[in-house]
Amino acid sequence: MHIGIDVGGTNTDAVLMDGTTTLVGVKHSTTPDVTSGIVQAIEALRAQHGFEGEQIQAVMIGTTHFINALVQAKRLAPTAALRLGLPATRALPPLVDWPEALVEALEARAYLAHGGYEFDGRPISPLDPEELREHARDMKAHGIRSVAISSVFSPVNPDLEVQAAEILAEELGDSVAISLSHDIGRIGLLERENATIINAALRELAGEIVDGLTAAVRAHGIDAPIFLSQNDGTLMDEDFVRRYPVATFASGPTNSMRGAAVTSGLATCAVIDVGGTTADIGLLIGGFPRETANEVKVAGIRTNFRMPDVLSIGIGGGSIVDLETGEVGPESVGYRLTTEALVFGGSTLTATDVAVAAGRAQVGDPSKVAHLDPAFVERVLDRIAERVAEAVDRMRTSPDPIPVVVVGGGSVLLPDELPIFGAVHRPENYAVANAIGASIAQVGGEVDKVTAVEPGKRDEAIAAVKQEAVEKAVAAGARPESVAIVDFDEVPIPYLPGNATRLRVKAVGDLEMGAR
Amino acid sequence: MTRTIGIDGIDDLARGAAVFGAGGGGDPYIGALLAKQAIARHGAVEVVPLRSLPDDACVVTVAMMGAPTVMVEKLPSLDEVVGPLTAMSTYLGRPVTHIACAEVGGVNSTIPIAAAAALGLPLVDADGMGRAFPELQMVLPTLYGIDASPLAFSDEKGNVGVLQTVDNSWTERIARVAAVEMGCSIMISGFPMTGAQAREALVDGSLQQCIDVGAGIREARASKVDAVGRAVELLGGRELFAGKVVDVERATTTGFARGSARIEGEGTLTVRFQNEHLVADLDGDVLATTPDLIIVLDHDSGEPITTEGLRYGQRVRVIASPADPRWHTAEGLAMVGPGYFGYDLPARRFDGTISEAAR
Repeated sequence: MHIGIDVGGTNTDAVLMDGTTTLVGVKHSTTPDVTSGIVQAIEALRAQHGFEGEQIQAVMIGTTHFINALVQAKRLAPTAALRLGLPATRALPPLVDWPEALVEALEARAYLAHGGYEFDGRPISPLDPEELREHARDMKAHGIRSVAISSVFSPVNPDLEVQAAEILAEELGDSVAISLSHDIGRIGLLERENATIINAALRELAGEIVDGLTAAVRAHGIDAPIFLSQNDGTLMDEDFVRRYPVATFASGPTNSMRGAAVTSGLATCAVIDVGGTTADIGLLIGGFPRETANEVKVAGIRTNFRMPDVLSIGIGGGSIVDLETGEVGPESVGYRLTTEALVFGGSTLTATDVAVAAGRAQVGDPSKVAHLDPAFVERVLDRIAERVAEAVDRMRTSPDPIPVVVVGGGSVLLPDELPIFGAVHRPENYAVANAIGASIAQVGGEVDKVTAVEPGKRDEAIAAVKQEAVEKAVAAGARPESVAIVDFDEVPIPYLPGNATRLRVKAVGDLEMGAR
Repeated sequence: MTRTIGIDGIDDLARGAAVFGAGGGGDPYIGALLAKQAIARHGAVEVVPLRSLPDDACVVTVAMMGAPTVMVEKLPSLDEVVGPLTAMSTYLGRPVTHIACAEVGGVNSTIPIAAAAALGLPLVDADGMGRAFPELQMVLPTLYGIDASPLAFSDEKGNVGVLQTVDNSWTERIARVAAVEMGCSIMISGFPMTGAQAREALVDGSLQQCIDVGAGIREARASKVDAVGRAVELLGGRELFAGKVVDVERATTTGFARGSARIEGEGTLTVRFQNEHLVADLDGDVLATTPDLIIVLDHDSGEPITTEGLRYGQRVRVIASPADPRWHTAEGLAMVGPGYFGYDLPARRFDGTISEAAR
């Protein structure tokens, strides 16, 4: 048996799983200290389905804690950003384009030093150890407790970041955490560096949270390993979370999508989550969210995390309907739905009112919408279905048919048959879908690098990168025979000599349960 | 009358530059950020109308040469924009008085702003193409017999070179090799012109037009007016097609971003590109070709989409707009017409007519 827990901003869901079967699921309010919420959730599971601590083989936790800490600018450590690349990059120093409030919350300091590589691996300039020591002394004097190191083209060759970290550690001692950009992001110096700085700022908090989670689980006599969900839904162990808290950032929407899919028995599908204000549409390919190709802004900071690609359109249960045109949204009454919608005695025509008038939803007082012209009602709902279907079509990557899963409080707006896509799936166990998503026991390894592909050697180059990804997955705890390549991308880079090509590979396998 | 460009104008300029980039030019973010940083440090940039240039002005173009992919990793230091200008003044034996954009497409519309701010020189409201093209010699001054050389170039390490070549194609060949050796992201300055030559050879008012188009799209969106329609109106162009991207093919064998996109609507529009969009044909009928601009915009927001950003499922509208008429002369077409890029087609204008010189 294993346990999946999702700690959201509002609710903490937990499930007890036997393989892929959900034995029992519970839902609780999230507590301010997180830990006691988890203690309560596990107690509630045990109350409904008794188990001994040693029967639990793994505990998987998804949490939005770290992204919330960043968004709220709370509990962030004083952080230094050191970039290796002089004399290049001077015009745009670290932290350029950051919101002022966050720079202050981090008590952030930026440092430039020599180092870095050209696109082809030649050095830009050698490391200057004395320069680095001087920066380290300045960091110490300013009370810096965590450091992010970035280096130009470190995704091509990371060794200068590693060397610089060793030199800094000599001056700063073990109590200062050091995050290296090549471990965190890909090509695109500013975006990778930003993600690394965010990671650095969260490292102290990561230590506290992991300690808290571990204590909560151990208090139940559960000795099994604890894993946290990453952005793509694969798992990382405690030690990894302590070093890379930033890898949890998108686990909320990812676990929700994966949970919705798995409870529908699907691995490749589109998931539509209709809320009060928006319909959020994501795509799962082979059980994993399709990721954004572009930069993503987090708390106003531009990063290149791999985030699930989610398209939001302004259609939700609270969307305001125009009486003249029948158009829906993007304005919404939001959380005021239960006072402002017609069926709740309000004076605003919302999408929910139209769904009630059509008999698709049973909420509020249907007599308050009895006056709506049935032809108008049909036109509005048809238009909603058409726009949602078009948005799903926009998200899919090919014209091949794809099943559609519909979830969320506003899903009553959608018909059982969607234009283009046909019948939709509505999973039953959706209330605890996030926790089910968290409990999916998979681990992965990813490689993203720019390589000069010699003529006639393309296959070899690709095979080598794939092998590297597989080895990473196994090192992360995957059963070797279960590892498969789930994502492969090859992009030639214009204007560079030697067929420079960016290769990206992700390998994923099943977690070896009960082993460490 | 002089105007200035401040930090506020940069985002509109960058959006406009992505429109005039006609699919090329890459992500405008870094270029815009560089310009903003330079203005924040050195103050707003003075922009002077082309016609106000005195005959004895000394105008040079400034641009980044190399790979946009490298520039997002090895960020510029901005010291390297000073080197070529100093070298140019020394070589010419007189100070450079004005800076001009070589192209108004992509990052090379914002780099000269950063350079002008850093050097404290005025920028001319004009450029060498009225759009973007992939090679250095592809500017109107070449048609006027103006040499690219002396061409000065510099890397961030302080290496500076000055090229004196026999023609502008040689300048491109030698500078391209140097660019690779210097790390694939260098600053160049060339095409020294007198004020009189610049007034004749450059595209007048193109920088302001770039800002106007960028601002027009933003404002149309804010006031819920059709942003694509607004862009077409400002460009004096025509909407060719609306539809959904159903296939994007990219060749993996050359150094250029070469490929094609198929867009389905009422028929199938195929857009062929090599960095920039070159040919648009509807079910086999050619609607427009280089040197006129073929631009892909998001169907609703009007945001320009580069060739790298094209992907399945996007709802887009494809528009065409007229290039500077001088590109439609026999000499212009020989340099940037469909034939140069390997298409055995007569150049077709944005309105569907065959280019005069190609008949």
